[in-house]
Amino acid sequence: MRSGIIAKKVGMTRLFMEDGQQIPVTVLHLDGLQVVSQRTEDKDGYTAVQLGAGSAKVKRVSKAMRGHFAASKVEPKRKLVEFRVPADALIEVGAEISAEHFLEGQKVDVTGTSIGKGFAGAMKRHNFGGLRASHGVSISHRSHGSTGQCQDPGKVFKGKKMAGHMGAARVTTQNLEVVKTDAERGLVFIKGAVPGPKSGWVTVKDAVKKKAPEGLPFPAALKTAEASAEGGEA
Amino acid sequence: MDLIAQLEAEQVAALGKDIPDFKAGDTIRVGYKVTEGSRSRVQNYEGVCISRKNGSGIAGSFTVRKISFGEGVERVFPLHSTNIDSITVVRRGRVRRAKLYYLRSRRGKSARIAEDTTYKAKKA
Repeated sequence: MRSGIIAKKVGMTRLFMEDGQQIPVTVLHLDGLQVVSQRTEDKDGYTAVQLGAGSAKVKRVSKAMRGHFAASKVEPKRKLVEFRVPADALIEVGAEISAEHFLEGQKVDVTGTSIGKGFAGAMKRHNFGGLRASHGVSISHRSHGSTGQCQDPGKVFKGKKMAGHMGAARVTTQNLEVVKTDAERGLVFIKGAVPGPKSGWVTVKDAVKKKAPEGLPFPAALKTAEASAEGGEA
Repeated sequence: MDLIAQLEAEQVAALGKDIPDFKAGDTIRVGYKVTEGSRSRVQNYEGVCISRKNGSGIAGSFTVRKISFGEGVERVFPLHSTNIDSITVVRRGRVRRAKLYYLRSRRGKSARIAEDTTYKAKKA
């Protein structure tokens, strides 16, 4: 299992392929993605890498976090995420991860925070059908209708789908295809939509439900290895 | 220019399509690549352009309407599609609308479009 990456959602566009296909893609940007620290078995009881992305103004970073960044000699990062990895997949602290971490055609899982929809009705939130437009329905065309039975059981079952807060939740979209990567600018093009708003942070990992393709850079594709595309093997 | 606009501009440049200046009302001929089994050929589709959408960027598209065997047929082409071999303007039309959807309810004489004899190409 490899570490995932943190990326910023830039927006969506389309790509025209040579065979006449056009593919809708989401563009993700790896903005100064670096390893900030490692969690090790003897110190923390588990192994993981902590990655940081983006850049934060030093004066807006708390003293404690400044110390944390200084200890690993990296610039203050805007977003920190931990990825659980086995001990052999740990990445050196300070290493910069490149967009070639993923191969073209590979499947990935993308996790983000969905766009908040506020308090939403049952039709929008759970795809209920609503009530009829006519035939005596009054005022409640978009209501959810009945919520249960009668005196027995005499209550509404827990978990009943009703109106309520929608969105702004952690969402994972599985098995999205990587169409293209651009290591120079740190861009990953992913087929289809990805949860969250533009400029929102997402994490991208190898798909858990698909077999990883051969030749994936392990433990990660690093930038510092310069020129050689297989820099990750080091 | 934001990153998405930049990427789209780059792609338009990379595709290097020669797109003539045309608008709704013009009669155009589109050479469209058709693949049958293993061999591909170019099929011409000629008709009146009744709308152009989303500008001339990568998302741009246009609709071509023609009467085929007495039946109106409309096809929407992406402007920068790699399947489009060529676009040629056959005739310039003079119209006062950007979208000629009213042609759908017209037949014969009333569906004609006057030729624009005073057309001047835009200076690049």
